[in-house]
Amino acid sequence: MIRRRWTTAGLGIALVAVVGVAPLLPRWSLFVVTISLAKGLVALGLLLLMRTGLVSFGQGLYYAVGAYAAGVGAEALHLSDAVPMVILGALAAAAVALVLGLLLARYRAIFFAMLSLAFSMILYGVLVKTSAFGSTDGFNVAPKSILGFAAAGPAGRFGVYGVAALCAFGATLGIDRYLRSKLGRLAPAVRDNELRVEYMGASVRNVVHLHLVLAAALAGLGGALTALAVGHVDPEMAYWTTSGEFVFIAILSGTSSVAAPFVGALLLELLRSFAYEHAPNTWQLVMGVAMLGVILFLPEGLWSLFRRRVRSAT
Amino acid sequence: MSTLLAVLVDGVIYASWLFIIAAGLTIIYGVMRILNMAHGSFYALGAYAAASLVGVWLRGGRPPMGSYAMLALAAILVGVVAGPVIERGLLRFAYGKDEVVLVLITYAVFLILEDAVKLAWGVESYFVTEPYGLLGNLEMGPLSYPVYSGVLVLVAVAVGVALRWGIYGTRYGKLLTAVIHDREVSAALGIDVGRVYLVTFTLGTMLAAAGGALTAPMVSVVPGMGVEVIVLAFAVVVIGGLGSVPGAALGSLVVGLVRSAAVHWLPQVELFSIYLVMALVLAFRPRGLFVAAEARKI
Repeated sequence: MIRRRWTTAGLGIALVAVVGVAPLLPRWSLFVVTISLAKGLVALGLLLLMRTGLVSFGQGLYYAVGAYAAGVGAEALHLSDAVPMVILGALAAAAVALVLGLLLARYRAIFFAMLSLAFSMILYGVLVKTSAFGSTDGFNVAPKSILGFAAAGPAGRFGVYGVAALCAFGATLGIDRYLRSKLGRLAPAVRDNELRVEYMGASVRNVVHLHLVLAAALAGLGGALTALAVGHVDPEMAYWTTSGEFVFIAILSGTSSVAAPFVGALLLELLRSFAYEHAPNTWQLVMGVAMLGVILFLPEGLWSLFRRRVRSAT
Repeated sequence: MSTLLAVLVDGVIYASWLFIIAAGLTIIYGVMRILNMAHGSFYALGAYAAASLVGVWLRGGRPPMGSYAMLALAAILVGVVAGPVIERGLLRFAYGKDEVVLVLITYAVFLILEDAVKLAWGVESYFVTEPYGLLGNLEMGPLSYPVYSGVLVLVAVAVGVALRWGIYGTRYGKLLTAVIHDREVSAALGIDVGRVYLVTFTLGTMLAAAGGALTAPMVSVVPGMGVEVIVLAFAVVVIGGLGSVPGAALGSLVVGLVRSAAVHWLPQVELFSIYLVMALVLAFRPRGLFVAAEARKI
């Protein structure tokens, strides 16, 4: 109970801090933080899956579905406000996962990874050839308003940033609560021994299916936010390298804390922007070395560095 | 009629190319239980090495036929350098970890090699088309194919036959089979498992590099060329069954024919038709068409 209050307070402070420093940030970093929040949401979904013992190499599928739904929904349903667009993105991705989950929930380990990869590549192939969605070029996404306020110029960028921060806050809090609930505590149990979970009377497949849908909703949310922040969507969002990047963030941050994915995503985006500036040909190399180091020496992710220190202090 | 013939011939050519690469991926998985994401990088390394070697060979005014030897040399060089370095230097510390963790480790290797290639060869593209045109064309009724494509098919068949003979017809193949079935018991019986792994990984790397070296004359060699090959090879081995060489052959044929049929008749579905087949196979026979279901160990 006390821990729960601490988490809420901590996340609340983080939210205030993230929104509070926004006016002080230079323009480029406002964008970087927005994208990190969006990608952190996707990685948060992966964290949920990884706690259940699954690694998905196809989160790009839901990421792209969320982004495209936000863009297409804006036109087809005449949604011009950013908030309903984002919600639509999350719902669309969750709906896709609800259907695909019927099949995916039966798979484990590399077969799960391969099947999710195959699904995301199917979407990529479809998007590339769909001229209505702009084929390989994609299309532009621009909300007219954000919660009723006009979304043009710097105010709009700040608005999207604010929406992303709120989404991240809400999602992190929600997932944290969920993981502490009775159902949420089944996640590590499923990872450790599925048979025992079944003997206890819980349905492993339902737990996995639920987590797939939740992870997809988060990825859809992240995708829709990315679409708003970038102002553009393209099929590359569904390509396997995008999914690989999310896996990278999730591995880097580890699964021990719900806040870790956002820190991991921010690290990655900062690294990327500096690498683009100074050494465009070595940034994947840095990513690869960092990933190897984390897998081999810090299997709990970077967050565990921080944790160990806290524990030794008490 | 001529379209059907074209679909079949194109399909078989594409399948041959795929098989050379996928065979390497599948033996590495079969023996070491590593789904090697770095395979695409080895492919790219093979292509770059081939481009450089052929370039050097031809610039010296040597007989152009020797460029084929250079292609082979490129594959062998990449195999015996990159394979052992990565297996001994990295992977052997990770054996016994979860299969998914091994996938992630090889993904990290892939990221590193992607940039290593850029650092070594730069970002401009390389062209070495000489070996492609050198052999002339082969008329097949109304269609005309470069003889080089025929060479590709022959190489694929040779690789398939050699692997089959190597695994079932030699003493080393029997040791390999023993290691596949039970690593610990094999080690207890005195088989040098480490060496088996090293040889397997080197061979797999060499096959990926051979795929790249043979492709180099047909395309422009550019950074990122291995990215798509990884998922294609994954599709092939998943369709046929992970770890099975005949499965890889069947998977290559399925993917090759599906792709060429899509290209000729329904170009809109070309890109995803392969992954659709992969998803369907996974949905109905998750272990692939060629591998028997495995009893679950508790």
